[in-house]
Amino acid sequence: MGDWIVVPIVLPAVMAALIVLAVRHDILLQRVFSITATVALVAVTLSLVVFANGNDPEMYALSNWPAPFGIVLVLDRLSAMMVFLTSLLGLGVVLFASSEWDQRGKHFHALFQFQLMGVNGAFLTGDVFNLFVFFEVLLIASYGLMLHGAGAERLKAGMQYIVINLTGSSLFLIGVGMIYSVTGTLNMADLAVQVANVAPGDAALLRAGALVLLLVFCVKAALVPIHFWLPGTYANAPAPVAALFAIMTKVGAYSVLRVYSLAFGDAAGDMAWLAQPYLMPAALITLVLGMVGVVAAKRLNGLIAFSVIGSMGTLLIAIALFTPESIAAGLYYLLHSTFSGAALFLIADLVVSRRGQFGDSLHTAPTFHQSGFLAVLFFVGAIAMAGMPPLSGFIGKLQILDAARGSDAMVWIWAIILVTSLLCIIGFGRAGSVLFWKSASVEGEITVEGAKWPVLPIIATCGMLGGLVALTVFAGPITDYLHGVAAQIFDTSGYIQAVLGEGALALLGQ
Amino acid sequence: MEFLVASSIGLLTTCGTYLLLRGRTFPVVIGLALLSYAVNVFLFAMGRLTINMPPILRDGVTEYTDPLPQALVLTAIVISFGMTALIVVLSIRAYLEIGNDHVDGRPVGEPSEAGDKN
Repeated sequence: MGDWIVVPIVLPAVMAALIVLAVRHDILLQRVFSITATVALVAVTLSLVVFANGNDPEMYALSNWPAPFGIVLVLDRLSAMMVFLTSLLGLGVVLFASSEWDQRGKHFHALFQFQLMGVNGAFLTGDVFNLFVFFEVLLIASYGLMLHGAGAERLKAGMQYIVINLTGSSLFLIGVGMIYSVTGTLNMADLAVQVANVAPGDAALLRAGALVLLLVFCVKAALVPIHFWLPGTYANAPAPVAALFAIMTKVGAYSVLRVYSLAFGDAAGDMAWLAQPYLMPAALITLVLGMVGVVAAKRLNGLIAFSVIGSMGTLLIAIALFTPESIAAGLYYLLHSTFSGAALFLIADLVVSRRGQFGDSLHTAPTFHQSGFLAVLFFVGAIAMAGMPPLSGFIGKLQILDAARGSDAMVWIWAIILVTSLLCIIGFGRAGSVLFWKSASVEGEITVEGAKWPVLPIIATCGMLGGLVALTVFAGPITDYLHGVAAQIFDTSGYIQAVLGEGALALLGQ
Repeated sequence: MEFLVASSIGLLTTCGTYLLLRGRTFPVVIGLALLSYAVNVFLFAMGRLTINMPPILRDGVTEYTDPLPQALVLTAIVISFGMTALIVVLSIRAYLEIGNDHVDGRPVGEPSEAGDKN
C-alpha cells in the first residue's frame, strides 16, 4: 500500500489550505471542494481497511527516516478501521453542515478539513510525540469549530473547553518527558521493546509517566472525574460540530487502547496492563454518572451529551477488561456509539431549528413542522443509544456483557450496564414524550422561516441512522473483522516487526 | 544546577496551577503560560543536564547533550505560543460578548440566569 498510508493526512491538509486560499469567497465552491475531498477520503480509507484486513501491519516512514529515529505512520487493522470511521462520520457531518450551518461563521470547511487531518493523524501515527502534535492539530481545529457562529453561551463553554485541553496538553508533555527520560525513545514500537527491558530502578518513574499519559487520554475520553468539559461543550457546540466531536472522545479511547496494549501489554513484565486497575472503576462510575445525567437533563442537547458520556463509560469498560473478546466487543460498541451519538445531535438540531423560541428545552410546546417524521428519527436514535433491540446498541452491549463473564468485576459490570440501560430508556422516553407526544395536545403550531424539507441535513441524518442499521444487519461479518482487529492488537509482535524489523523481536524475547 | 532547574520547574508549576484555578480569565491565561514554561524546562531537562557539550554525534564524541528534547521543546514552544495567542484573543472576545471576565460567565456569588445549562 506504501504511500497511500499518508493520504488520509495529506489530502485534508492540502484541501484545507486550498479552501482557505483559493475559494474562501465562494461558499458553493467551498462545499464542492469539501464534500469531494471527504468522498475521496472515504474511498481511500475503505481501500486501506481492505488492505489492512488481508496483510500484516505496514509502516510508512515520513521523509524516509528509519524508525526509531524518524516518525512513522503505521497502518494496521485498528488504525485503518478508525480512519474509515472518521471519514464516514465526516461525510455525514459535511453534508449536514452544507445546507446552512457553514454560513453562520467563516471558514467552516477549512477548519473541518484540518480537524479530519488531525484525527486521521492521531489514528495513524506510531510515535507518542507525534500523537501529541496531532492532538494539538485536531484540538486547535476543534476550537475554531466549537466557536463557529459564536454567541455568549458558546464562547463561555468554548473558553472552558480550551482551558481544560491546554492543561491536558501540558500534562501530555510531562508524561511524554518522563517516559522519554527512562526509555530514551518515543516510537511506540520501540517503547514496547524498551519498557520490557527497563531497569528496575527506573520502573517507578516510567509507571508515573505512563499514568500521567493515561490521565490525558481520559480527559479526551471524558472519563470521570475529568469529564466536566464535555456536557457544556457538546450541548453548546454547533450541531454538526457536536456530531463530529463524537469521534473526538473515541480518539482518547483509541489512544488508551493503543498505548496500553502495545507498550504496557503482556510483554511489559511488572508493568503489564498498567492501566487496568484505574480504568475499570472510572469507566463504571462514568457510565452511572452519564446515565443519571440523561435522566436529570433539562435540555435536549444536554441529555444527548450525557448519553455520550455514558456510552464512553460502556466503551471503556470493554477496553479496561483487556481481553481479545472484550476489545472486539468494545470496538463494535465504538462504531455504534459514534454513529448513534452523531445521529442524535443532528436530529436534535432538526428539532431545535423548528421549535423557534422554545429551542431545546424539555418543556411542552406547540407542534412544529414534520414533528411526526422527526419523532420517528428520534425514536430510532434513542433505541440505538439506549441499547434496546433490534438495533446495534443492543448487540454491542450484549457482546460486552458476554465478554465480561469470568472477569472479577463481572457482578459490577452486569449490574451497572443493565441498570443504566434502564435509566437511559427512561431519560430518552421522557424527552421523546415531552417533545413529540405531549406537545401534540398543545394548541397552535410553531412556524419558523427556512426550508421545509432541508434535503442535505435529512440525507445526512438518515445516513447516520443507516449506518446503525448496517451495523446491525452486517453484525456477523463486522464482528468477524473486529475479532481480527483484536487478535492483531494482542499479537504485538506483528506491529513491532513492521516498524523495527525482525531484530527487535529478539530483544523482546519472543 | 539540578537544584536550580528542579526548583524553578516546581515554582513555575505551583504558580501556574494556582493561577489556573482562579475565577477570572486573565489569571487563567497567565497560569497556562506559566505552566507551559514549566513544561518546556521540564522537557529540556529530560535529556539530562549537561553543559558545553555538542548536540551532534560524531565519531570520537563520547560526551554529548541529547538533541531530541531540544527538538521536542521547540515544537512545544511553537504550539504553546499559538495556543496562548488564541486564548488571549478568545478571552477578550468573551469579555466583550458576555460582559464580564469570569470563566463561568458570571461574577462570584451571583446565581446563573437559566438555572443550569444542561
